[in-house]
This record gives sequence, C-alpha cells and structure tokens, in this order.
Amino acid sequence: MLLLQQIINSVMLGSVYVTVAVAFTLTIGILNFLNFTIPTLFMLTGMTGWAIAYWGLPMGLSGPLPWPVALVIGILVAVLASLVVERFTFRYLKTRYGDSTEHAIPLVSSLGFLLVLENLVQIGYGNDSQRFPGPDADLTLNIGGLFVRIPQLVSLLVTVAIVVGLTLLLKRSRIGRGLRAIAENPDAANILGVDTARVVPVVFMLTGLLCGLAGALFAVNYGEVSPFMGEDIGTKAIAGMVIGGLGSIWGAVLGGLVVGLLEMMTVHFFGADTVQVVVWGALLLTLIAYPQGLFGHNSIGKGKL
Amino acid sequence: MSGYMSGILSILAINIIFAYGIFLAVATGQLNLGGAGFQAVGAYAAAYLTATFGLSVPLTLLFGVVLAGLVGVAIAFPILRTKGVYLVLATFAFAEVITGAILNSEELGGAMGISVPAYVDWYVPVIMAVCVIGFVFYVMSTRFGLAMRAIHDDEQVSDLMGVSIRGVKVVAFGIGAALAGLSGGLYAVSYSYVEVQSFNALLSIYVLLYVLLGGTQTAWGPLVGATFFTILPEVLRDALPALKTAVVGLFGDADNVAPPDESWRFVILGLMTILMMVIRPEGLVTRTMVENLQFWKKGATSARREVTEG
Repeated sequence: MLLLQQIINSVMLGSVYVTVAVAFTLTIGILNFLNFTIPTLFMLTGMTGWAIAYWGLPMGLSGPLPWPVALVIGILVAVLASLVVERFTFRYLKTRYGDSTEHAIPLVSSLGFLLVLENLVQIGYGNDSQRFPGPDADLTLNIGGLFVRIPQLVSLLVTVAIVVGLTLLLKRSRIGRGLRAIAENPDAANILGVDTARVVPVVFMLTGLLCGLAGALFAVNYGEVSPFMGEDIGTKAIAGMVIGGLGSIWGAVLGGLVVGLLEMMTVHFFGADTVQVVVWGALLLTLIAYPQGLFGHNSIGKGKL
Repeated sequence: MSGYMSGILSILAINIIFAYGIFLAVATGQLNLGGAGFQAVGAYAAAYLTATFGLSVPLTLLFGVVLAGLVGVAIAFPILRTKGVYLVLATFAFAEVITGAILNSEELGGAMGISVPAYVDWYVPVIMAVCVIGFVFYVMSTRFGLAMRAIHDDEQVSDLMGVSIRGVKVVAFGIGAALAGLSGGLYAVSYSYVEVQSFNALLSIYVLLYVLLGGTQTAWGPLVGATFFTILPEVLRDALPALKTAVVGLFGDADNVAPPDESWRFVILGLMTILMMVIRPEGLVTRTMVENLQFWKKGATSARREVTEG
C-alpha cells in the first residue's frame, strides 16, 4: 500500500517534469536547439505571479491581485520573454562560417539569457523563497485508503490536456505541418513555401506557454516560489527528455514520469541527497549506451514528432 | 603587493588555465559544458592528498592533473560517440554526477568541504598559467594543432584527408581535462579550502562563455576571454556604484543611494554574451584578426589572404 501511494505521488511529481520536458523536446526536435532559458521561464512565471499576487502590478497600477489573475499575467510574461529570446537566438543570427561549433550559437545566447533573467529577478525580488498565496494545497481525495491531493490531480489533467493538444496541433494544423517540415529540413521547408520567420516564433510561444503553465502549477502545488526553483526542475526535465529520446513528445512524457518515479524511489530507499547522482547518472548512461532514448531516433530533426 | 591584487592575479591565472582546458575541447568542435566536474576532480585530488597524506604541493598538483586527465580520457571514449546537443548534455551530466558523488562522500567532507593545510602565493598560479599558455600555443603550432583546427572547421573533410578524428578528439579532450584539473588543484592550494558548492553548473557555463566569447579559432581567444571576464567584474565593482550615483545624482538625490546589487555584474555578462552572438558569433579574436596584426609579416599575410579570399 505504501509503495502504491509512493507510485501515485511520483506520477504527480512527474507531471510537472513532463510539461517542462515537452518544452525542451519541442525546441530540440524542431530547431535542434537546447534552450537553456526554459528553466528560467518556468521560474519567471512563478516569481512574477507571486509578486503580482503579493504586491500588485508594478509602478502602482493596482493593488495585490487574486492569485489566478496573477498567474495568468505570469504566464503572459513568460510567453513575451520567450519571444524576446527568439529574436536574439534565431532571428538576428546568421550562420556565416560553417565550422563545427556553429550550432552552439543559439545555445550560448540562451545561456546569456539565463544569466540575465535569473539575476534580474534576484535584483527585483531578492534571493529568498516566498510563500505563494494559492489555494489550500492539502485538499485531498481519499480513494480506498490512497491519498490524492486535488491541486496535483488538476496538474496531471492539465499536463495530459497540454500533451494531447500539442500532438493534435502538430499532426493536424497547417502550422503543425510547417513545424514538422522545418524539423525535417529547414532549407527544403523554406523553398516549399513554409514561412520560417512566422513559424519559428510559434515554437517559442509554445515554449513560453508550457513553461508558464508548469511554473503556475508548481506555484499552486507547492505553495512556494524562489528565483532558483527552475534549476532543479530543469535538471529533472532534461533527464526526462533524454531518457525518453530527444525530440519525441511522447518520449518526454514517459521520461518525465520515469524520472519522477526514479526520484521517489531514490528518496525512499537511499535518502534525498543521492537524487542528483541517480538522475544525472541515469541521463549519462542513457546518452552513452542508448543515445536515441526510449522513443527518439538517432539523429535530430528527422521527422519524429 | 596588496592582498586584493594578489587575489585577483591568482584567480585570473586559475581562470586562464581553466579556459585553456575547455578551449582544447572546443577547438576540436566539442562543446565541453562539464568544466566544473574536471576542475572539481583536480581540486579534490589536491585537497584530499594534502589533508590526508600530507603530500607536498607539487606532488598533489601532479596527482590532480594526472587524475583529471585520466578521467577525461576515460569519459571521452564513450562520450565522444555523441555529437552536438548530446555531447553538451553528456558533459553537463558528467559534471553533475561528479559533484553529486563528492557531495555524498563522507571521505571527501560532503557538503562541509575540506580545508587544505597548504598555501601557495599568487606567483605560483601565474607561472603555471604562463607555462600553460606557452604549451597551448606550441600545441596549436604543431601538426596535431593543425589536425585540431581542421576538425574544428570541417570534420568530414578532415576524415577524408586521413586525420584520425577520434584520436585527435580524445587526446585534445584528455589534455583539456588535465588542464582543468590543474586549475582545480591550484584553486585548492591558493584558497586553502574547497567546497563542492563552488563547482556548480554556473561555473561550467562561465568558463565556456569565456572561451566562446574570446574566440575559438586561435589560441589567443581563451586568454583574451578569461582575462576580460575576470577583470570586468572587478572593474565594475568600482564603476557600477559610481555610475548609479551619477545617474541618481541627475535627479538630485545622490546622497542616500544604496550600492547596486552584485547581480548586475552577471546581468552585464549575460547581455554581452547575447550581443556578441548577434554581432560577432565567432568570438572576439579571429584568425584573420591575428594575421592582420602580424604586421611584420605583412607580405606573407596579404599573399595568403589573396589566396583565401580570391
């Protein structure tokens, strides 16, 4: 029974990882770009949401707003920030030299954004973790002796809805076809009439939206936000993405859940300090022994969304 | 020399050695985002051997270098099968595993760190840095350096021309890891204390940024990048409060200004990174720039440029 309860808890924990892992895998699958701003966007939603719920809009535009409104504004901030990132990691960057570290240029820019955003938030809101004034996170459902917390259940449902919606968007819509074409071969997609300049920002909007939703769900579930909340989640999400296979959405879903389970089991059997070693060790082993992951293909950008 | 200046010189020398360690990997087209892991290996090897067995400083540094180099070669074989994003992730994961293992090790002090019963003055890291700079310049001028440069520019063509891609990459990665280990060992004996929290992911990011912003085409890049970004925060430490006072002074309230947050320095580093990638993604120092600066060989360079540009 205890084990079953642990598994339920790990699925709930994993659902936050899943959303962020899907954001990572989307950018890698379509643009072959490891976006290091993703954990920062996640944190940005949590912190701006907290600031608006606690202090109100900046420059005295309003008093403290109710937490759902604050979180929606927080998600919008993440989407906007993600679009700014798009400008400086893709739009203004032209490949000129063709040498082998060239693919790193967007990655390096995103590291720059990570430094800027994280430190700006620290300057604005301080280094401390803050209590998020959300709903009571301890509302629980008792199903035959197993406890499920209601906010966590909501998170899980939202995550499932996001993943299904995203799959449908990619499979069925015109934009989705464009995105898959770019993932396959950007140059050919361009020649065949996919407007890259209009389609690429969609990836970043989706990234911002996913991270924002994950950040909002995290704030509600754990009732606590901090400028460093993205680091841990980013770690676990990257591990989940790699285990599932880079560029595969369903792989990221499964990988996120596996990491949640791995974490719960590690804490249960070995204690909390060893989680880092186990999760990163699993990632490293997967990369070395089975680089395509559980669902991905060996090379990036070859039609696997 | 004041304590402040000698402290800056030590950390500058350590950062330069560290940057050259990462440079050797990046110069063969492999982004090594695990610098902190290799530095931690060197630092903890030096700290542990000094604290437990009381070995002398040169010996512990040597052990640190050899250990980090061996770890680098051992990890290079499996890791270098991966490319691009996978390689970045693998090196990053490696650093996290190393620091996580140290954190959980009772023997290595865990979260408490180890205090090192040895101390070296600033000139030791500086002399080592000069040696490392000379060594890397020499390596880049040899046939091996040429092979590294060829792989950096085009891996497939180098392979066709008979360059052993795997061999060059593994050796470059291994030497780079050894240099990162050396910087770690020097860190341990310069500060007489190591704690695993200082070898975090941000450190790996910073050192990679030094190298990439300095430029990976020539051996000048890491020197310029590491020097610039080590000195910059120190300059800003004085310049930022002055700037803030001046700006606030315009509005006539200069007396009660709190000094700006330390974080501004990192904001500036981040902004410079973003701008640099837009304006000059190949880094500050490029091959053409170095050739143009060698005015004493003017005839030779202009002839060469005609060939390459014509």
